[in-house]
Amino acid sequence: MATTGSTGSVDLGALAAAQAEWESTDVRPAAERREQFETLSGLPVKRLYGPADVAGVDYLEDLGFPGRYPYTRGPYPTMYRGRPWTMRQIAGYGTGRDTNGRLKYLIAQGQTGISVDFDMPTLMGYDSDDPRARGEVGREGVAVDTIDDLADILDGIDIGTISVSMTINPTAWILFAMYVALADAQGAPRASLSGTVQADILKEYIAQKEWIYPIPAAMRLVRDLIVYSVRHLPRYNPINVSGYHIREAGATAVQEAAFTLANGIAYVEEVRQTGLAVDDFAPRLAFYFIAERDFFEEVAKFRAARRVWARIMRDRFGARRPESMRLRFHCQTAGSSLTAREPLNNIARTALQALSAVLGGAQSLHANGMDEALAIPSELAMKVALRTQQIILEETRAANTIDPLAGGYFIEALTDEIEAGIWAYLRRIDDLGGAVAAAQQNFFQAELADTAYRYQRQKERGDLAVVGVNKYVDPAGAGVPFALHEVDADVEARQRERLARVKRERSGDEVARALAALAQAARGDGNLIPPTIDAVRARATLGEIVRALRDVFGTYVEQPVF
Amino acid sequence: MSSSPRIRVLMAKIGLDGHDRGVKVVARALRDAGFEVVYTGLHRTPEEVAVAAVQEDVDVIGVSILSGAHMALVPPLLDALQARDAGDIKVLVGGVIPEADRAKLRDLGAAAVFDQDASTDAVVDWIRRHGVRSEE
Repeated sequence: MATTGSTGSVDLGALAAAQAEWESTDVRPAAERREQFETLSGLPVKRLYGPADVAGVDYLEDLGFPGRYPYTRGPYPTMYRGRPWTMRQIAGYGTGRDTNGRLKYLIAQGQTGISVDFDMPTLMGYDSDDPRARGEVGREGVAVDTIDDLADILDGIDIGTISVSMTINPTAWILFAMYVALADAQGAPRASLSGTVQADILKEYIAQKEWIYPIPAAMRLVRDLIVYSVRHLPRYNPINVSGYHIREAGATAVQEAAFTLANGIAYVEEVRQTGLAVDDFAPRLAFYFIAERDFFEEVAKFRAARRVWARIMRDRFGARRPESMRLRFHCQTAGSSLTAREPLNNIARTALQALSAVLGGAQSLHANGMDEALAIPSELAMKVALRTQQIILEETRAANTIDPLAGGYFIEALTDEIEAGIWAYLRRIDDLGGAVAAAQQNFFQAELADTAYRYQRQKERGDLAVVGVNKYVDPAGAGVPFALHEVDADVEARQRERLARVKRERSGDEVARALAALAQAARGDGNLIPPTIDAVRARATLGEIVRALRDVFGTYVEQPVF
Repeated sequence: MSSSPRIRVLMAKIGLDGHDRGVKVVARALRDAGFEVVYTGLHRTPEEVAVAAVQEDVDVIGVSILSGAHMALVPPLLDALQARDAGDIKVLVGGVIPEADRAKLRDLGAAAVFDQDASTDAVVDWIRRHGVRSEE
């Protein structure tokens, strides 16, 4: 029996005998640090991997070439040799002007994409003058009440040439409408607009827990956004189906990939209901994964996710265009892996996680700041994180050949194992009636609560080592040797004043008419993006738009499980 | 454990912060440790939490905040408890709480503050030793 592994033809029978002889002669299991080793996700890790572990790999069917089905080796034929991943450090705090300053600083430091983080009221659909917004305005991200705030954020930045990513979900359709209206006002052709809104509402109910409307209404908004975007903004990615938050909520690598792809399937099914063919919109679907601390498991996860998605699109949905089967993803290093104690260690953690994203073929990357566990990032923390990415690209030379770990016995075996785990979960989710039904039955939420609890117990028993926290703890203490971002105590008042001015200067009648038209459209089944664009142009606030639809759609109420 | 009534704990999320991994892990650890645990769910106002705490007749409230809004949200909770003659309910605060704010929160009346690296055992231990409402 011969294999197609990287060493060429091998007699597996003779190899097994030789390995048994080596193990009995040279290996003393008692000398090993533990009886069993496993990945962060609990997959068993053997002492040694060899040709027998990849004997089942069919090179052309399972790996293929970059830019070719099943995309295991990468979505594009030349990968980073052609175009490096987009270095996209998130920025967002205070008012639009504050955030604009940070974005310009990062661009000046060599950042190649923009990513905007919004404050909690903006994410959840409350204006800065809402009582629910108290203490939260401009704190965790930038405050956006009207289109004028987005104009401030992007002031002096050419959105026709640099891609803008907006980390926003329940209110994504409103930010999208503001973005389109702003581009129109600036004369940037819609066809030139690239970038993305996250708009992955399913993972909100599962993991991140930002929601407004019941799931079916929220899915409709996502559907309308995708349909409008593929018709009018051919280069725009109207959704980032996200595993990041699922993982941060406690998932294993297999759960992260499986639940994300299950959500992807649900969006494809939702949009197909409009009569749009899969090949007309699937090429614009984008994904977003985490890079956690288990280096090889993460690389294998990225490769397995690409392979499974290609097979889903080809075999389940009958996609014909290669672009429909090609999974592209943004990546962020793991916030919850970072520690408040000895925070300089976070630079090392983040560098290794970022390297796994690059070796796994990410299309864009945010590296976390060293201060992630303490505050929203300071300018210095973001500079160090951006420099980390630049060092990986320019100094390590790790990006100069495509998918360099391919053919490694361990990586290929792990990729296969993660793929098998993903398929097993996808079958269970199908049996529950799909991702929407599974979310309504709390399936994902209960799975995540279980694994989160298991990780916590492992950490407390010392099985999950966190250097400087539960291992190698410095008896002298662990202070913070750098300055943290300070929240401007005035920001809430400044933003409320700005909102009051916009409300004074706009036409109340025009706003009322636009909101009435939007609510009317929501009662029917027309696409809600055009009336939302009209409303934001009339300076309707984000909170007013959300309320107009809440009257039609109602509110989501969670039944929490722990 | 003694045969005295079980300590009752209300785990709560206030404000718009959606990070609920920690609150649920702690809730489960407290339940496993033998306490009676009620969880409010997300996005509650300080007022709603105070009302629930009185209705549920709890000894301890565990508030989890990772959004940085703790200085805006914890004082109204303490005030709302005082207003209901329930100021003796022990309020524990957990989450991303900068060092400087921990002392401030304790001065304002929070019974203890746990950072995100704290172990669930530490929380269990604290409640066993100080949690009973009539203790003081």
